[in-house]
Amino acid sequence: MPTVDLATAPVRELNAALHSLQPSTNETVWRVQNPRGQHAIAVGLDAPVTVEIDGSVGYYCAGMNKQATVVVNGSAGQGLAENMMSGRVHVKGDASSAAGATACGGLLVIDGNASARCGISLRGLDIVVKGSVGHMTGFMAQAGNIVVLGDAGDALGDSIYEARLFVRGTVKSLGTDCIEKELREEHRMLLRSLLDAAGLPDVDAAGFRRYGSGRKLYNFHIDNIGAY
Amino acid sequence: MSGDERWIHTPPRESATFDKHAIAEIHRAAATGIYDIRGFGAKRKVPHFDDLLFLGASISRYPLEGYRESCGTEVTLGARHAKKPITLRIPITIAGMSFGSLSAPAKEALGRGASIMGTSTTTGDGGMTEEERAASSLLVYQVLPSRYGMDPDQLRRADAIEIVVGQGAKPGGGGMLLGQKISERVARMRTLPPGIDQRSACRHPDWTGPDDLEIKIIELREITDWQKPIYVKVGAARPYYDTALAVKSGADVVVLDGMQGGTAATQDVFIEHVGLPILAAIRPAVQALQDLGMHRKVQLIVSGGVRNGADVAKCLALGADAVSIGTAALIAIGDNAPHLEDEYRKLGTTAGCYDDWHEGRDPAGITTQDPELTRRLDPVAAGRRLANYLSVLTLECQTIARACGKSHVHNLEPEDLVALTIESAAMAQVPLAGTNWIPGKGGPF
Repeated sequence: MPTVDLATAPVRELNAALHSLQPSTNETVWRVQNPRGQHAIAVGLDAPVTVEIDGSVGYYCAGMNKQATVVVNGSAGQGLAENMMSGRVHVKGDASSAAGATACGGLLVIDGNASARCGISLRGLDIVVKGSVGHMTGFMAQAGNIVVLGDAGDALGDSIYEARLFVRGTVKSLGTDCIEKELREEHRMLLRSLLDAAGLPDVDAAGFRRYGSGRKLYNFHIDNIGAY
Repeated sequence: MSGDERWIHTPPRESATFDKHAIAEIHRAAATGIYDIRGFGAKRKVPHFDDLLFLGASISRYPLEGYRESCGTEVTLGARHAKKPITLRIPITIAGMSFGSLSAPAKEALGRGASIMGTSTTTGDGGMTEEERAASSLLVYQVLPSRYGMDPDQLRRADAIEIVVGQGAKPGGGGMLLGQKISERVARMRTLPPGIDQRSACRHPDWTGPDDLEIKIIELREITDWQKPIYVKVGAARPYYDTALAVKSGADVVVLDGMQGGTAATQDVFIEHVGLPILAAIRPAVQALQDLGMHRKVQLIVSGGVRNGADVAKCLALGADAVSIGTAALIAIGDNAPHLEDEYRKLGTTAGCYDDWHEGRDPAGITTQDPELTRRLDPVAAGRRLANYLSVLTLECQTIARACGKSHVHNLEPEDLVALTIESAAMAQVPLAGTNWIPGKGGPF
């Protein structure tokens, strides 16, 4: 197993090595030691490999990830897995703000809490947060799913488009044009698959509430001016 | 009429304050209850390049021979950090304009015209189209706050990256692509349902402030293996500090867009009342680069109301490395063309004034997604027109540079300029014509 110690090797060396991997590589599991909160670790990957990072990472870890599995045995800074396209990112600790921002596909699992604007402008990624999420989670989220086992802060789903939000705990407040919606069987099935994928087979999908767009602000109308 | 009656009534007098436009706007606002949204850039008169003149050569300045002695025009962008800087044959680039606000043939035409002349064009909100990439030998990929269409594969296929913080028409504002322009293809590229208004965010989703921007730039460099030049584009608001902060954040190139810069759809009040004319913004930006020892190391591209080669030359003389054009490029490929007058009349406007680019009914087939209108624009012919126009800009700029004795357009300098008004002298920091007076010289920006 290739091991890169970021106490001695620069992040540039790690990313360059990961970018140079061919689809046929048999170096499919990588270990990264001593990340020490450095930024942009394992960004821009595009190969079906697993990168396990022992420690906490800074901004943008696994940014724009494709295909790869990135595991962080620690916490993650701002913009975790931003604009991720596919693959899987798993953070064992907490995540700072804007986790999964603008991401298009794959699965992001956060074992701890996620800070503000988790899933901002989400475009198709599935996010499962085992703890709670901060304010403005799902802001302007377009597509994808955000599952929160804990509580959600203020202005959940503000200005949301077609993304789906599932919260098991309390919601401090809903944002503009975000409403609670019925949790139907199709949503319970979707939740079941997401929880299973996140390694949570014992969590009851029926215990969540669903939130999404009221679709009242999709076309500008002067009568809605008070909502903005 | 008897002899004295003619003096009883004064002729109609328009108020300078409540002029016809102001009165019409009050009536319109009272009738609709909503502000005016339009395209184009600022239409009010502001101090501009017309207020500057070149001095040309004289006994103490030696000119170069027109049509004989060479006058270089190439510019290299991004050598500060990028492994693969880009070199433009002319110091004129095409500004970012989205597929969505523009039709696919229009984007292709911009790429074709720019490529013929050896310069770059730029994507916009919604990402990169195949037509645009195929037609553009040098393509700059914008990273915008909305991130519509943002894709790492497209990032890697680009020749440079431009992080858009703001634009001159609306510093501090986001955007709105109205539902009538959201075709199936546009909607798919932006991951949104067709037909709904698409709000483009005014803030980036994953960074706030210059310290974060520095890290964001590092991330983009890491993803692209430090190969691509990275630009930072700002609307002209606080050009000294924004330029300094962009340099501090690691930008290879700073793009500075004045208030005359175009937009596809913005509130008229925003276009006309927020931001600085580009004339007032260039010198502070150049000063910031000079104070940091980065002038000519970090390149400065300026835009907002560039129309002719004299404007280009004046930007360069004030210290810019290149200019960018948007509105002028659209006009070159056919926007507001007089032969479409009958159709403009049907839209309640006239050729030369058409600015309802957000409505998607452009008879020229440029600012529309209507399939029938879009088909009117031949991207090959339109690209040729743009190339012709870029060629004229370049020739005009060279003509002036030679007359000032410069063997490269970058050798133009403020000393070659004078101003016709006190305002423009203060903004451009060149002497009022016929004097050695530069108002405000030495004062704070």
